[in-house]
Amino acid sequence: MKKSLLVLATLAAFAAHAQTTDTLKKIKDSGAVTMGVRESSGALSYTLGDGKYAGFHVEVCTRVLADVQKQLGLAKLDIKYQPVTSQNRIPLVQNGTVDIECGSTTNNATRQKDVSFAVTTYVEEVRIAVKANSGITSIAQLKDRNVATTTGTTSVQLLRKHERAAGIDFKEVFGKDHADSFLLLESGRADAFVMDGQILAGNIAKAKNPADFKIVGEVLSVEPIAIMIRKDDPAFKKAVDDSIVAMMKSGDIAKMYDKWFMQPIAPSNTKVGLPLSDATKAAWASPNDKPVEEYAKK
Amino acid sequence: MAWDWQVFCKETTSGDQVAGCFGKGGDITYLDWILSAWGWTMSVALLALVVAMVFGSIVGILRTTPDKRLVLFGNAWTELFRNIPLLVQIFLWYHVLPAIFPVLRGFPSFVLVVFALGFFTSARISEQVRAGIQSLPGGQRYAGLAMGLTLPQTYRYVLLPMAFRIVIPPLTSESMNIIKNSSVAFAVSIAELTMFAMQAGEETSRNIEMYLAVTALYFVSAFTINRIMLFVEGRVRVPGMIGGK
Repeated sequence: MKKSLLVLATLAAFAAHAQTTDTLKKIKDSGAVTMGVRESSGALSYTLGDGKYAGFHVEVCTRVLADVQKQLGLAKLDIKYQPVTSQNRIPLVQNGTVDIECGSTTNNATRQKDVSFAVTTYVEEVRIAVKANSGITSIAQLKDRNVATTTGTTSVQLLRKHERAAGIDFKEVFGKDHADSFLLLESGRADAFVMDGQILAGNIAKAKNPADFKIVGEVLSVEPIAIMIRKDDPAFKKAVDDSIVAMMKSGDIAKMYDKWFMQPIAPSNTKVGLPLSDATKAAWASPNDKPVEEYAKK
Repeated sequence: MAWDWQVFCKETTSGDQVAGCFGKGGDITYLDWILSAWGWTMSVALLALVVAMVFGSIVGILRTTPDKRLVLFGNAWTELFRNIPLLVQIFLWYHVLPAIFPVLRGFPSFVLVVFALGFFTSARISEQVRAGIQSLPGGQRYAGLAMGLTLPQTYRYVLLPMAFRIVIPPLTSESMNIIKNSSVAFAVSIAELTMFAMQAGEETSRNIEMYLAVTALYFVSAFTINRIMLFVEGRVRVPGMIGGK
């Protein structure tokens, strides 16, 4: 009896490993797909409350899934929304809980070992947000000041690299999420908040007094943000890529960008006001899934 | 799934492997970082434990005195810090109180977390100390007073020596709890083990190794406190008293 239990357990462990990464088949069989979304990632993906999610990437993904539904010939496709965090987004995609993650994930070489990325839809520039009256205009002036950033993001390592490279010494304070980090800047515990430009712009737009804040300084890093899918699933990647490339060629993606970044958006009807950067325009003109390391080489 | 324990020998800024796993000349490896994070966890936990023991014992004693105003103060203290979740208390100390009392803005977040965690645990310790004192026969207090000792002297020489020996096991639990509860300090920017696990896991994409290492360190820390308290319990044991041989 004991021996057969052991054999069963081993088989189960192997079976779990031998899971097929054929997302299209999984969607066709179950008639449902799980979209990973963020609760507050600027205008890319955020919650409107009550289990509803909105944002530039959420809309791109909704269009992608509509194209997948047409491709598979499904009468009905049930989209489930799964909120994810910076820590759990990759494990959830890997283990099959989330089929397509539509948030603000940077495409880099380390992550490409665990997951695949669709073609880059948005290129982010890491900037600094400060209080308008602080007089800080560049990273060099952050010497001996308090700089806030969010735990579990690529910006933390970026700041560390800058500190070492430029020999500037500043004190880091960590917020547990973007809203918390912005609160540190608002309350004065931090003199600057370093994060992706669109998160800074989104937080400033939602602040009590948006005019009190400014995004300043040189671009600290250029990062391609892309939609995440499982690794070793070429059929699904082709479906997602084809759909996004079609949006880029038809100009729909530019219209979507304008809708989310330049027009007032729910829930507070304020606009983010971040104009289309040249890097993003270039990424749309020649669709690719190059990781951030290739952008840094230029 | 492949293990990659060599990730601890990686340098945190450049990602190169460092021979010997400890960085030299200003370089820090993930091993250096986890040890520094462990240091922060232990500092927060031990200082908060001192604060909790001092305030908790005093408040617990106050709750057993005959003076109704002291009892009321003790009860109010305990109920205030017991009824609010720890994470909410930490946010109150870090964001809300400095807005109300600007003098707190000058305090580093480390001090605020020590107070938040210390006062939260002091409520629990006061409850245990009160239970320990009240479990003694009432005659002990009156015998002390009848012998001509003042009330503070009765507490010092008669009641507390017995009461504290009785409550060493619950106090051991509280000491271990404080090590574990110190993990909420990550929310207010203390570079301790939980923050290390999240940040290093994100940077190296090796979440499992990081969380396992952090789990092992938390376990070792809490277990060490447990063994120390067991040693203390054995040493202060008095034959014939509750818990004595």
